[in-house]
Amino acid sequence: MRNKIREIMDKQSIENALKRIAHEILEHNASSSELAVVGIRTRGEYLAHRLVSIIEKLKGAKLPLGLLDITLYRDDLMIADSQPVVHETKIGFDVSSKHIILVDDVLYTGRTIRAALDAFIDFGRPQSIQLAVLVDRGHRELPIRADYVGKNIPTSQQETVVVTLHEIDKKDQVCVQDKKDML
Amino acid sequence: MIKWNQKDLLGLENLSAEQIELILSTAESFKEVSTRGIKKVPALRGKTVVNLFYEPSTRTRVSFEIAAKRLSADVINIATETSSVKKGETLIDTGLSIQALKADVIVVRHNASGAAAMLARHVDISVVNAGDGWHEHPTQALLDIFTLKQKLGSIKGLNVSIVGDIAHSRVARSNIWGLTKLGAKVTVCAPELLIPSEIEKMGVSVTYNIANALEKADAVNVLRMQFERDAGTAFPRQLEYFKNFAVTEERLKKAKKGIIVMHPGPINRGIEISSAVADGTNSVILEQVTNGIAIRMAVLFLISQARRV
Repeated sequence: MRNKIREIMDKQSIENALKRIAHEILEHNASSSELAVVGIRTRGEYLAHRLVSIIEKLKGAKLPLGLLDITLYRDDLMIADSQPVVHETKIGFDVSSKHIILVDDVLYTGRTIRAALDAFIDFGRPQSIQLAVLVDRGHRELPIRADYVGKNIPTSQQETVVVTLHEIDKKDQVCVQDKKDML
Repeated sequence: MIKWNQKDLLGLENLSAEQIELILSTAESFKEVSTRGIKKVPALRGKTVVNLFYEPSTRTRVSFEIAAKRLSADVINIATETSSVKKGETLIDTGLSIQALKADVIVVRHNASGAAAMLARHVDISVVNAGDGWHEHPTQALLDIFTLKQKLGSIKGLNVSIVGDIAHSRVARSNIWGLTKLGAKVTVCAPELLIPSEIEKMGVSVTYNIANALEKADAVNVLRMQFERDAGTAFPRQLEYFKNFAVTEERLKKAKKGIIVMHPGPINRGIEISSAVADGTNSVILEQVTNGIAIRMAVLFLISQARRV
């Protein structure tokens, strides 16, 4: 019988993926000193923290880090089944003239990223916004793509991708499982 | 975390400690929006909020209007002086008309205790109590408690004194409900005629001596003497009140160091509080005004979300 929960990435492969993304970000933005990283809450926040510290080790410079809560920008805010919890947005730097690396855990329909772009533009006019995700699982509903992808995972829409990070979930792992098997 | 499940906010008496905490923590997230260059988020886009005020107000009405606008809601202000209320329309008929105009929230202030609750029973849309008679003024108490929490970290175990016209004060009542639910020890202080009988049943201590009220307090909330209600008949001379009950620099010298001085406004300088204290380092009066926006954003957001959970 097929295992109901499939592990797609473990601690090591998550770490490797983030290291590769960090290298790609630096390569792609080699001529720019105006880089900043912004994590989409909740799990993008922790991935953004990790990227900043990897880049710090590679480059010796700590990039500005921002946190973005997109709850108030969601297009399903008034129709979603569950009541969303609003978290604080913290952008402690001037975004204009910066190249922004937006970080999230899973890229799926693209609606979260659409909301994040709207939210971010309210803070000013960055030079560019680039998107880094740990997992791209396909099934886009909007014309959005990632610039940096940790792993492409083909999934069906009956499945869900669960990212756990040790900062809040005590374990680094990416799994795919059937929605009907979830509690 | 618990979910918000009420379409209205009528008072703090019927809220649980968890529900109050949910409003406070949501407000904490909303505070940041007012510090942005573009002070607006699209959360309530397409919603209409109607301010229906039967009593004068600057702070509360403007604060609700700004809160709603920062959430991208459309806001209509009805001044009852220039409305059909003058022609004899009842509160319920006005409310039903506002509902028929497809508004989503009514923010109501009324001189009759219980007015907001009655309106909420007759309309399906959300009602927020912005002050009803002597009964409750929940968003004021929430912003007072929010300000205290931001200053002192936690409400539990704090000694909070409320000084002034307790009898006629909806601010006092809402503060007492909220503070005691969150575990603060509340003392009320006023001339005897301005303390309602059996107020101890709300879980507060009573003193008629301002020095006692200030002695152990971590914070003091100074209320306005409401001469337009009938504080005047209970206490005819403003000067006499100042002499015996006003919070002054002299009296604060004997209080706890760093005591927080709050006032819901509008201030009667030289009656319940001296100018030196109102403008002094212990005063958080203007921070209260700023925090009021975050609290009202949180309330408007939560009640709008609640309608379908």
